Amino acid sequence: MKNTNFLVVGVGGQGTVLSGDVLAEVGMAAGNDSKKSDVLGLAVRSGSVISHIRWGKKVNAPMSMKGTVDYLLAFEPLEAVRMKEYLNQEATAIVNEYRIPPVAVTTGQVKYPSEEEIKQALDDTARKVYYINATQKAEDLGSIKVVNILLLGALSSLFEISPLIWEDVIKKYVPEKFREINLSAFQAGRELISRKI
Amino acid sequence: MKAIFSGNEAIARGAFEAGVQIALGYPGTPSSEIIKTIAEEYGKDIYTEWSTNEKVAMDAGAGAAYSGRRCLVTTKQVGVNVLSDSLMYAVYTGLEAALVVVTADDPGLFSSQNEQDNRWYARLSKIPLLEPADSQEAKDFVVLAAELSEKFDTPVLIRTVMRTSHSKSVVNLGTRPLTPDKVELFPRNPEKYNCTASNARNMHPRVEQRLLDLAEYAEEAAFNRVEWKDRSLGIITSGVIYTYVSDVFPEASVLKLGMTNPLPGKMIKEFADGVEKLVVIEELDPVLEEQICAMGIDVLGKEVFPPCFELLPDDIKRYSIKAGLLRGDDSPAQGIEKTGKEALQELPLRSPVFCAGCPHRSTFYLLNKMKLPVAGDIGCYNLGTLPPFRAQHTMGAMGASIGVLHGMSLAGLPENRVCTIGDSTFFHSGMAPLVNMVHNQSRGVVILMDNSITAMTGHQDHPGVDWSVTRDRPAQRIKIEPLVRAIGVKKVLVVDAFNIKEVEAGLKECLDYEGPSVLITRGECVFVSKYPQPSYHVDLEECVACHLCFKLGCPAIGLSTEKNPKNNKFKSHIEPTLCTGCDICAQVCPTCAIQPPAEKKDGE
Repeated sequence: MKNTNFLVVGVGGQGTVLSGDVLAEVGMAAGNDSKKSDVLGLAVRSGSVISHIRWGKKVNAPMSMKGTVDYLLAFEPLEAVRMKEYLNQEATAIVNEYRIPPVAVTTGQVKYPSEEEIKQALDDTARKVYYINATQKAEDLGSIKVVNILLLGALSSLFEISPLIWEDVIKKYVPEKFREINLSAFQAGRELISRKI
Repeated sequence: MKAIFSGNEAIARGAFEAGVQIALGYPGTPSSEIIKTIAEEYGKDIYTEWSTNEKVAMDAGAGAAYSGRRCLVTTKQVGVNVLSDSLMYAVYTGLEAALVVVTADDPGLFSSQNEQDNRWYARLSKIPLLEPADSQEAKDFVVLAAELSEKFDTPVLIRTVMRTSHSKSVVNLGTRPLTPDKVELFPRNPEKYNCTASNARNMHPRVEQRLLDLAEYAEEAAFNRVEWKDRSLGIITSGVIYTYVSDVFPEASVLKLGMTNPLPGKMIKEFADGVEKLVVIEELDPVLEEQICAMGIDVLGKEVFPPCFELLPDDIKRYSIKAGLLRGDDSPAQGIEKTGKEALQELPLRSPVFCAGCPHRSTFYLLNKMKLPVAGDIGCYNLGTLPPFRAQHTMGAMGASIGVLHGMSLAGLPENRVCTIGDSTFFHSGMAPLVNMVHNQSRGVVILMDNSITAMTGHQDHPGVDWSVTRDRPAQRIKIEPLVRAIGVKKVLVVDAFNIKEVEAGLKECLDYEGPSVLITRGECVFVSKYPQPSYHVDLEECVACHLCFKLGCPAIGLSTEKNPKNNKFKSHIEPTLCTGCDICAQVCPTCAIQPPAEKKDGE
């Protein structure tokens, strides 16, 4: 049986690694074999972060090959485009619209791609792309830090796995004092996508 | 019970299930999470320590194993260079209880100065080498390594790569065996444990015999196995590459080696005889290929799969198609390449930079300005190599900078010179070369960048702090300044790394000194700092868009949307979510446009 392949991408400091960890564990909790592989840039903060997650009856390599990723969860538009060649033609992408320009952009050496360029690049590659402003929504909820769980909530709405399974794993991964706000963020994320479907 | 673990977490769990009682290492990506996880999860049962360097860890591991405690030593690949001197004697002596060494290699150079293949160390030192493919094996192989270590009386090497250490997969958990509460008196057995030449003469034949015994054992052991499928192609592989091969060649027959030193010769010959075409797929060096060739077997290897960088599934596929081992037509990746538009091929990269608030920034700003030749070392400060600073002109190994500085002095350079070294790196291997500089009356400035932590590898302790492994475990702090003075350095200055003028004055004073000098630039890493300040801001009325603040390479400083009409450049902007208020940029701004937040009045 075919594996389900995910890519979670973003910028160091956004909490992408944790959301990938949750996603991998949800895969296991839902009865699959599950593997994950992270590539972190050199910088602790503000480098590109890429996590591969794969679910299936039996998963071999912990990373997907180009053209085989089914779901892209992107915390940042530029990072979404960077990974586009990994997507298959049936892929679904959820892209946080909040931009984090690299230093080369903020110091005026190179340009950040325009919204049209980004949309064109992704629409050419994936079957369905959801653009959501997860960072803004997280801020509205009271903490920019919960953007990772909010995006996971958005992704979860595309699966028939019970939200309870997701929430159990989230509870395990987030510190207890931030549990409530993270669970609210998860719910908010689910609603963001279901409204669009 | 099941859990999902990274390879490093699985090794930590394996140490628990193997009855390891002592775990030692020096931090280094991609190995650092092993000791951390043991301390956090199994600290009640296993003693952990970040030793001063890898050799110290290895010697202590040998001493503990001689005394009857099962011991684990962890390091990244280049750390094995440091501990190899001690590994070599432990191979001759053997031990009383298990001694397992984990090397986490870094194909692809994600965070290392080289791509060395540490499988050679197993061949050089003649010890068993286990290569786990995933987290389950990572855990199981630690238990297995401990058994082999005691059964064959030898240290055992486990080699992971970044992909095994940092990938997560499902692990079935086992239990911890009974471990000795107390140990016996130390074995007074110099014939076994003292490698004086007359004893070592008797040890060497035992090492050779042990290797033969291990090779025989490897023929029958379950960790080496053949998966017979289509016999037109046979692939020999090991470690995480096995999982890639399973994806790229689902139909091929595979010999999966769990132990790659010594090799099971008979098993390999039988496999070779059973397939039409034989290929070895191994990352980095042709360690397996050369040995298989030496058995007189016709095998393809490095001529198809080159020795540089990782061999990810996409790479294996690409090279295999090129060599005709795989048909290219049904490749899903190719479909996408045909349809995807070529828009946005050149995307802006996220180059690594010093964090906002980093104490190293001031020093590299000055080194760039003063155009001094700089011998560099390993740590976050190596980012001073990159633009806008470009002010670390050499870097090669831990602690090397001070020796290189001495060599630059010996050569009689026509200019003054400095080196940089961090606090943890200084303790690791900077003391001996500083002693050498003092003793031999060398000249040069050692800039000792003391940020009170081992920052780059994830904020571990070192002998200069008062805690050990976890924050709640107290440790004796060794102060750097008196240590450097005790070594005999007469010119020692301590300056505030967040005060550019102070660093500059100190640096000039040290440069004028005709002898070895040490400038300690002190400032806490922003990750451990107890004093984060509110964000600064740019007063656009005052900013003249001179862009001098850009010379600091701070990720919090960018362009605003307002231009200075005189030079037609955009003025600066400080991103409030990133700025930590370190004040460095305010010190370089010639128009005082960069300002701290206004003092709040009472009641506001």
